Amino acid sequence: MAAGDGKPILPPEPPGRLYRAWDSDIFYSYRRSPVTIIASIVVVIIVGAALLAPWIAPYNPFNPASLNLMDGFTPPFSESRMGNYYLLGTDNQGRDVFSTILYGSRISLFVGFSATLFAMALGISLGLIAGYQGGTTDAIIMRVTDIQLSFPAILIALLIFGIARGIIPPSQQESMAVYVLIVAIGLANWAQFARTVRGATMVERQKDYVSAARIMGVHPILILARHVLPNVMGPVLVIATIGLALAIIEEATLSFLGVGVPPTQPSLGTLIRIGQQYLFSGEWWILFFPAFTLILLALSVNLLGDWLRDALNPRLR
Amino acid sequence: MTAFVIRRLLQSIIVMLAVSLVAFLVFRYVGDPVDSMVGQDTRLADREAMRDRLGLNDPFYIQFATFVGNAVQGNFGISYRLQEPVTRLIMERLPATIELAFASATIALVFGLFFGVYTALKPKSPLTSVVMTLSLAGVSLPTFLIGIGLIYIFAVELGWLPSFGRGTTVMVGGWRTGLLTESGLRSLILPAITLSLFQLTLIMRLVRAEMLEVLRADYIRFAKARGLSNRAINFGHALKNTLVPVITITGLQLGSVIAFAIVTETVFQWPGVGSLFIQSVQVVDVPVMAAYLMFIAFVFVVINLIVDILYYTVDPRLRVGTGKR
Amino acid sequence: MQPVLSVKNLTVQFPTRRGILTAVDNISFDIMPGEVLGMVGESGAGKSMTGSAVIGLIDPPGRISSGEILLQGERIDNLSPDQMRRYRGKRIGMVFQDPLTSLNPLYTVAEQLIETIRTHMPLSEADARKRAIKLLDDVGIPAADRRIDDYPHQFSGGMRQRVVIALALCADPALVIADEPTTALDVSVQAQIIDVMKNMCAEYGAAIMLITHDMGVIAETADRVAVMYAGRIAEIGPVRDVITDAKHPYTAGLMGSIPTLATNSDRLTQIPGSMPRLSAIPKGCAFNPRCPHAFDRCFVERPEPIVSGTRRVACWLHAPEEQAA
Repeated sequence: MAAGDGKPILPPEPPGRLYRAWDSDIFYSYRRSPVTIIASIVVVIIVGAALLAPWIAPYNPFNPASLNLMDGFTPPFSESRMGNYYLLGTDNQGRDVFSTILYGSRISLFVGFSATLFAMALGISLGLIAGYQGGTTDAIIMRVTDIQLSFPAILIALLIFGIARGIIPPSQQESMAVYVLIVAIGLANWAQFARTVRGATMVERQKDYVSAARIMGVHPILILARHVLPNVMGPVLVIATIGLALAIIEEATLSFLGVGVPPTQPSLGTLIRIGQQYLFSGEWWILFFPAFTLILLALSVNLLGDWLRDALNPRLR
Repeated sequence: MTAFVIRRLLQSIIVMLAVSLVAFLVFRYVGDPVDSMVGQDTRLADREAMRDRLGLNDPFYIQFATFVGNAVQGNFGISYRLQEPVTRLIMERLPATIELAFASATIALVFGLFFGVYTALKPKSPLTSVVMTLSLAGVSLPTFLIGIGLIYIFAVELGWLPSFGRGTTVMVGGWRTGLLTESGLRSLILPAITLSLFQLTLIMRLVRAEMLEVLRADYIRFAKARGLSNRAINFGHALKNTLVPVITITGLQLGSVIAFAIVTETVFQWPGVGSLFIQSVQVVDVPVMAAYLMFIAFVFVVINLIVDILYYTVDPRLRVGTGKR
Repeated sequence: MQPVLSVKNLTVQFPTRRGILTAVDNISFDIMPGEVLGMVGESGAGKSMTGSAVIGLIDPPGRISSGEILLQGERIDNLSPDQMRRYRGKRIGMVFQDPLTSLNPLYTVAEQLIETIRTHMPLSEADARKRAIKLLDDVGIPAADRRIDDYPHQFSGGMRQRVVIALALCADPALVIADEPTTALDVSVQAQIIDVMKNMCAEYGAAIMLITHDMGVIAETADRVAVMYAGRIAEIGPVRDVITDAKHPYTAGLMGSIPTLATNSDRLTQIPGSMPRLSAIPKGCAFNPRCPHAFDRCFVERPEPIVSGTRRVACWLHAPEEQAA
């Protein structure tokens, strides 16, 4: 700008929407944080590999025909007695560890995502109802939330699992196991969502535009969906991300304790449980690689959640 | 004070009743109690007679009252799996769990407070970034993997510490303790560290977050404007105000140590209540499950009560009824 | 006579990722002993930041980038943090906006007063307590010897602000900075608090730097007033002169927005537009987009304060060469 043209310096013309998104504070903090970039790449790779497992896994570990018991306990990076090559070695039954990890991540992620979505749906609904209705409904829901939050999730999941086991007939237990896990973990993790959403709803409900909408006869559900939900999406996203890491860990823990998915459909936790039996006899790879994958996945998701929380709430930085 | 405690006690009793209702429903309706006691070939008439004798044909509320009455007397029935009174099973294993939980709660509290305060006061120090990074790893590492890792390093590779069990124990007045023998203490180290790490991270992050929040408060700025020394501001004002909310959550966290012990006890084959519970879940040993639920609820209610009373003594706003907030 | 406070060419800047923001831009003023200087302006005009700079409590990353601050002839802007801490509360007291959050809720009023007194004065616990009771009595707290052991939440808002004033005067400071001392209070107690503050400072011999956006409070209380706009002083001079005959167009606009009984107009005048953000301060005079009298020079050259009678005015309208033309 030429000096002396007498106009104040105006901000530059507003650029396109995509550019603005890229230039926003959230992406700024993303670009500035190499740890977050690496974490998101790791998550993408693991999720991608799990989704594509049937196509990229060198062996199908669940097809008994392709298993070769003679190939059991092959160390990683070497050829087996039968002349097959296994990248990360084989386990006691001769299953390719690399392939079982791919399929195992698939189950772990499926359970993790489903349980988190379930917890999210339940928590958001209850939180909205409690915050909007207030009064006795609110008191009851929040009381349950308090109790729920003071018990460790793993204990609640275990109890629900035990109860389900007593109710479901033994013949269906194997096929139902994954869904029982999802419900158990979901029911163990909804309270955090409910508490956050309820708080935000209480705040929004006081505001004039909500009263205005109510007076105009807009249905409460519409008010909640249109006005309140968008305002709580930030915190909900943070809780969901950290909740996903928690759900994956909880699934692994339950499977490790032997109350999760059946060994015929192993998740990462089941693989670790199997591997632990051979740790002391020197077959470290059966345990190490699934454990490493699990830690990498949980840590990366947690890092993303941490970054998201800081980026959405700059005050806490 | 007395009125406050009585009100809290009443609330606790209501919570216990609610939990016992859940426990009763599990106990009564998950599986058929008669099935678990008799063989497949028992005649129908015998089964019916047994139902009568066990009170299973009584109205719902009478059954529930009987259940609560028995529970208060410490009678939770007979374990399906072990065919022994549940109460005796739990009491036998309780000292192991309590010693483990107590040791790890102490570790978590001491180190969690220290690191929380340190990282809040010195946000730019290199130790802070190391501690914060480790703490993130701490919440991402499943407890059972930490346990396995510690066993591998210190028991298998280095051979310094035992990998399972409680070591040698001695009976002291009905309490089987491992704290009095060298092998008992050595056996306690790895499980206690494993169990404490998660709580330690939580307490540390909580203390840090609260402390940072408090350090931004107006009264801290005013304290600075009054020229108080850093020491007086950080420890006299900031830390004390931090502790008020921290006490509540920390108290509850320490309560959950006992429940978290389930995983640690399994990894280290620690003969406590948690491993008993896991074995019971696996075979749907309902009386033990119901009793364990009641036991954990009781622990939480007691801790809650202690925390409330503590809170009451720390925060004058609760203590003095007059004045407005 | 030597001024209590002398600020010379003070500039406070905040580095941000989009460039350096200048919150306080090259301002100079003096406060004489016993004088009340009002600082008035919209929020964001830099008046609170000036107060923070004087007492040495600018939050990072903000910093004093140039200029000098002299307290009774001694330079204080370049002191070490620990030296500066000894001056805060002792030679400069501060009163904050919100009495509800300025006091630590976990300590009694006595504890906070005695702590402050003993930090700055070599008194015994008992003597400090006597002084504390006298201070509370002086600020008009009834039954001070009894109320002193109450907690802050047991006082009303107005009473709490009296306690805050007592705390600011604990160690006989030469200067008290009052940052919006009445804004958070009920209208009914605002006048009382201003009276208490003015009388107390007169009694204890402290000058006052009174920061407010309320021209009415300034008119009642201050001896001189500095009008701030976008980090600069637009006009500074005796209150009576500034109110009756504002020279800067911004001051004139401010005065036009105060209702009086004397002027008999239907509507209050208002200044069109709003103060620029710190990131978009126009070239030349910061007020030029809103100024009804702006001419060519105002868009090019920044006006520095020009002495005009009893005041200094930063406006080209009052430059000798412009008036001659």
